[in-house]
Amino acid sequence: MTMTTSLTAAPVPMTAAGRTARRTRFLNWIAVHSLAIAAALFFLLPFVFVALTALMSDQQALTRDLWPDAWHWENLRTVWETPGFLTWWKNTLLYAGLGTALTLLSSIPVAYALARFKFRGRNLALMLVIATMMLPPQVVIVPMYLFWAKQLHLSGTLWPLIIPMAFTDAFSIFLLRQFLLTIPKDYVDAAKVDGCGEFKALVRIVLPMARPAIAAVALFQFFYCWNDYFGPQIYASENPAAWTLSYGLESFKGAHHTNWNLTMAATLLVMAPVIILFFFAQKAFIEGVTLTGVKG
Amino acid sequence: MTTAVMKPGPGLRSKQRRDRLRILAFLSPWLIGVSVFFLYPLLSTVYFSFMKYDGFTPPTWTGLKNWSYVFNDYPFFWPALRNTLWLVIVMVSLRVLFGLGIGMLITKVKTGAGFFRTAFYLPYLAPPVAATMAFAFLLNPGTGPVNNILGSIGLPQPGWFNDPSWSKPALTLLALWGIGDLMVIFMASLLDVPQDQYEAASLDGAGAWQKFRFVTLPNISPIVLFAVVTGIIQTMQYYTQPLVAGKVASGVIGGSGQQFQPGYPENSTLTLPQLVYNLGFQRFDTGGASVVALVLFALAMVFTAVLMRRRSGFLGTDD
Repeated sequence: MTMTTSLTAAPVPMTAAGRTARRTRFLNWIAVHSLAIAAALFFLLPFVFVALTALMSDQQALTRDLWPDAWHWENLRTVWETPGFLTWWKNTLLYAGLGTALTLLSSIPVAYALARFKFRGRNLALMLVIATMMLPPQVVIVPMYLFWAKQLHLSGTLWPLIIPMAFTDAFSIFLLRQFLLTIPKDYVDAAKVDGCGEFKALVRIVLPMARPAIAAVALFQFFYCWNDYFGPQIYASENPAAWTLSYGLESFKGAHHTNWNLTMAATLLVMAPVIILFFFAQKAFIEGVTLTGVKG
Repeated sequence: MTTAVMKPGPGLRSKQRRDRLRILAFLSPWLIGVSVFFLYPLLSTVYFSFMKYDGFTPPTWTGLKNWSYVFNDYPFFWPALRNTLWLVIVMVSLRVLFGLGIGMLITKVKTGAGFFRTAFYLPYLAPPVAATMAFAFLLNPGTGPVNNILGSIGLPQPGWFNDPSWSKPALTLLALWGIGDLMVIFMASLLDVPQDQYEAASLDGAGAWQKFRFVTLPNISPIVLFAVVTGIIQTMQYYTQPLVAGKVASGVIGGSGQQFQPGYPENSTLTLPQLVYNLGFQRFDTGGASVVALVLFALAMVFTAVLMRRRSGFLGTDD
């Protein structure tokens, strides 16, 4: 029973009832943590198997072995040096970086207007934002493709993916607006009494307070671009120099169709930045997810 | 405000105009965006659904021909719709149940909570293509680790992505792996349930199940509904995972110039968004693609309307 003693915060008098209560709590602790460990295995083992296979030799990756005989770290270098891989990285960073910056620039004023200003048609505007947020991108893809390819001659580039972000992203507007609603109006009013214009009040007062939501939107947009497969497939597939990681990765499987080790090494290299970024920005992520589902 | 009772003089009118211009200025990126990237293409889709158009020669009017082609002669429409129904019923409900379970579990974990929360959340971040390729490897029937382990403990070894009756369960497993977003949402709402309600229930002698049924569930039901409806809307957009899983499992080489007939094996991984791609970009049948796109639009909007109606608080208030 020494173990249970260390688990209870306040010492309970050693009555028979107290002992049963403590035992129940201990068993509960064991049950919860066993379940949690089982769940953690389910969530983490896929990463482990992918990593182990990524470090196997070509031959061993085709066997049923789970553990590498020798650690082939050079697989990562082979993938890195595969023609195109570096270009895909650059393209993905361009798409995700520029896309995120443009989304923030365009969405913040719109979200602010929808959260703060009263005007006719505001509810209709909000409903349209939500409708576009829920809309599968495939619904409008045919005319959009024709527009970019036939009228602007920009297919085979990343511009059809990046330029629309300068004209807002519905999800970002929605998330920002939900957050801006929680900022008391008085702050802005006080700033205006002090002679701030609406725009100045937004930049000086509201934006610093909205930093968590802005960070969340930036992260979500960055990952949306990083993960996007459909967009690059539609607009960039005809030109390998414009492929992104998500799109290139799938064709990488083709170039190395029997080499599970290299394919998994590439998979790992595409997953890695997202996961590294997560460890730097955990809080913003969790807050962002919560904001979309719970607030409001 | 004293100005409210004054007759609108020239000063007030110009202030109103200034206000209106300011609102327009703030909204302008969105006004342009929603017109160019939403309303215009949506109307075009309606227009193209009545036209014969291959993307090269000028469109000509064909009336309802595209519609009857998609519903009667295009062999992939009904399988794709059936798959969508399967995914909505099985995948969405399992995801909500599992997400709620994991969310409840994480609120009970006392030791190492940070580690477990990160572990449960991490797969949600894996890029869909990478995650799907990882699962195509893990569930690969010949040498994949999962069947390897199943075999070693004497369990049957399914064909997963290579077997039409197992491909959707395999996709469901992949979806359950990426449950992190739902876990966080459920976790937050579970922590918001007032503790005194549990204490009151305890005093009334309620057991664990009764507490869940009569305290937890009523408190989190808006979030459950939110998760179900957004899950259905996500299913309407389900594209990358079934396509990549089919490609990898069938051994088709991806990349430019390669034609992949989606749905491998035996149309079991077909979804409606894939049909838009197949018709519009592989068969150059703009009209047919537009019809499928409109069906997709109708379905997505029905569920969006449900979401907005049932969660009137969804939009929040401004005061």
